[in-house]
Amino acid sequence: MKMPYFPGCSLKTIGEGFEKSAIASAAILDIELEELPRWVCCGTVSSLTTDDLMHHLAPVRNLIRVEDINETQLVTLCSVCYSTLKRSNALVKNDPEKLKTLNQFMYRENDYQGNVKVLHFLELLREMGFYKLKEKVKRPLKGLTLSPYYGCLLVRPKEFGIDDPENPTILQDLVKALGADVIDNPYQLKCCGSYHTVDKPNLVADLGYKILTYARNLGADALVLSCPLCAFNLDNRQREIKRQYPDFIEIPIFYFTQLMALAFGLDEDLGLELNYIDPMPLLKEKLLIDPTSLIKEPKIE
Amino acid sequence: MRGVNLEEKTETEKMVRVYIMGREFEVPATLNIVKAFEYAGYRFIRGIGCRGGYCGACATVYRFKDDYRLNFALACQKAVEDGMYLTILPFVPAEKAKYDLNKLKPRGTVLLELYPEIARCVACNTCTKACPQELEVMDYVQAAIRGDIEEVANLSFDCIQCGLCAMRCPAEIVPYNVGQLARRLYGKYIAPQAKLTYERVEEIHACVFDEELDNYIELAKEDIEQLKKIYVEREIKVG
Repeated sequence: MKMPYFPGCSLKTIGEGFEKSAIASAAILDIELEELPRWVCCGTVSSLTTDDLMHHLAPVRNLIRVEDINETQLVTLCSVCYSTLKRSNALVKNDPEKLKTLNQFMYRENDYQGNVKVLHFLELLREMGFYKLKEKVKRPLKGLTLSPYYGCLLVRPKEFGIDDPENPTILQDLVKALGADVIDNPYQLKCCGSYHTVDKPNLVADLGYKILTYARNLGADALVLSCPLCAFNLDNRQREIKRQYPDFIEIPIFYFTQLMALAFGLDEDLGLELNYIDPMPLLKEKLLIDPTSLIKEPKIE
Repeated sequence: MRGVNLEEKTETEKMVRVYIMGREFEVPATLNIVKAFEYAGYRFIRGIGCRGGYCGACATVYRFKDDYRLNFALACQKAVEDGMYLTILPFVPAEKAKYDLNKLKPRGTVLLELYPEIARCVACNTCTKACPQELEVMDYVQAAIRGDIEEVANLSFDCIQCGLCAMRCPAEIVPYNVGQLARRLYGKYIAPQAKLTYERVEEIHACVFDEELDNYIELAKEDIEQLKKIYVEREIKVG
């Protein structure tokens, strides 16, 4: 099954491993994630100002490009892209006046007809049934205890979330199907600090310390998530956390697709090269990876 | 190229009405915008260069009577049409980052570090509409945001740095300077090197051809016809 797919900017830079592992593990499930030709940045965070249509140009332009290739669905991996595209889509579908204004502004493009459905890859997998994933598992993630982390935009606001905004289970259901154990982290919905990472890394470190230490104390070996910004704040910022809290013990962070690739035995496509906290010692300890298998040296830039 | 076509000589007599900075003039229809200005008595000091469509100095903006849309062109490449409102743009006061190309690394984040304002792009496409070279300017700004240096270099390859994109951008981005940086990075670090050229340059530095060249210089003095014959009959290797 071919699926038009929107990578977003982060998956081409800090989240390369997310994209690589997603495309490879989707292929095992007969889903061909086909990158949208000529996409633009999603707009990163949907504008909530009612008269600010300018910031809906980018998401709507992407939706036009889905219609241009005669498709009706668009799959995303990044939580921010998902939320931004979905919210703009809803805005123009519910407000023909605004859609008309946008279409007139983009007179060089075809008009957006409002026929595209924005999906998160996790929704696609749930629709398919997690039991299908279970059938493809070659290496059950036995003995690995994970703390699912949802952050904000995957489940909130309620109208655009992919799961219960208070008590989501989608990540938990997925990794259980892969054979892992999960813990219930009360901080699974706590904000990671988002854009404060640019000018207030200390604030992000405070939040990360709570989220990660709680997970560690409850017995988790690692976190599993679906957002490149959450991943950056909870993985790369562990350096700042350690500096601020010397008692902090580092913990690896996985994209859910990396765990799928691991369980499916796709050792070449784990995409762990850019993970800040190296998950290899953990995977070796849990006998989840062949210590002699060829894993590329981490990319240092 | 918009030279006078001899077969349509009568066309040269046809006049059109244009408005240069609001003032009405009648000029021959065969002129381009630059020449129309000069025909009307204006003299260019800035905003003019090669007159051949390469240097990008004469970027201009025009409008037609009763049409709200602005149009963009190189003044030396665009023939005047009836009802054109014309002006000249002598200079684009665009921001340009200072860098030492030898000290940069061809990482995707370089473009964002030197031109952080590219992150403000809302994909409105106004830059693309303004490009007289018909480049997909917005698409290369977007490629710059995600650090795809090669894509930026390819999409901006025909840019002549006229500056119209920067003048129009509502996010105050200077696309053409971002494109130039990407092309420099691509050319220096990413594009495959022409191996044979490097080998030949080394041979030249090692004086491999000096003796042969000296012989030819001598021959030129003694028997120029013999030298011509050698040149004509030389072996040309391809590939």
